[in-house]
Amino acid sequence: MVDAVFLALSVLTIGSAIAALEIRSLIYGSIALMLALSGVAGFFLLLDAPFVAMFQLSVYVGSIAVLILFTVMLVRRELIFNKVEDKRRRYAGIALMIVIMLGIGTIIIGSGLKTMDTNSAEVDYKKIGEDFLTYYSPALIVMALILASSIIGAMTLARREDVIDGQRAD
Amino acid sequence: MANALIDFVLVSVALLAIGIYGIAVKRNAIRMLFGIEMVINSANLNLVAFSRYIPNSQGQTFALFSIAIAAAEVAVGLALVIVAYRMYRNIDIADFRSLKG
Repeated sequence: MVDAVFLALSVLTIGSAIAALEIRSLIYGSIALMLALSGVAGFFLLLDAPFVAMFQLSVYVGSIAVLILFTVMLVRRELIFNKVEDKRRRYAGIALMIVIMLGIGTIIIGSGLKTMDTNSAEVDYKKIGEDFLTYYSPALIVMALILASSIIGAMTLARREDVIDGQRAD
Repeated sequence: MANALIDFVLVSVALLAIGIYGIAVKRNAIRMLFGIEMVINSANLNLVAFSRYIPNSQGQTFALFSIAIAAAEVAVGLALVIVAYRMYRNIDIADFRSLKG
């Protein structure tokens, strides 16, 4: 059965994920998103994966939080609180969410995953570092190149000189 | 362990459904990015949970790769939002229609 820590973490994660989408102010929404991502990091700690949990905290809660908050503050003030959406589209979205939850949920509950439990020791994180530097080293290099090129691309996109005030200058 | 695999998978399904709701309904570009983040995180949670219960270290390795790529994706997505905001003075995705034929 689940323990109290798991229950608290799931309430925190799901609740702040809903809050991130539904709170009126975008700034509080992004803070709620960070809470949800910290909840996922807590799940990683429960799953005996401290390395992934620390990576999640430093990348998501550390850097992406700052990035999103700065972008929100660059946007005009009334757009932050503005909330335009169709009523019908919203109800259809809620129906879609419930269908996905119930559908995939019943499939998973009916499958053989229910009996799956383990008593074996957790994976040593030294093994992950070893894997990264031996078997996955080409993938690691490619990932570094992708990160570098996407950061350069993001910077050139964000400071394009030919986009000024409402239209392209050409 | 106190928690079974199916509990983590169910939490991940709930996070996935909320993320898809956000992508489908919200018209604010930044809120759509929030939804995408939730979907990616539910996938990562699945990877790490299965890696714990099989047990195998590859799930954690792939989760680390996925987190790094998601960071790059958020950087590019926010840069696109900034460019679109400077062009249209709005972040409502219903206004971004210059690619529409």
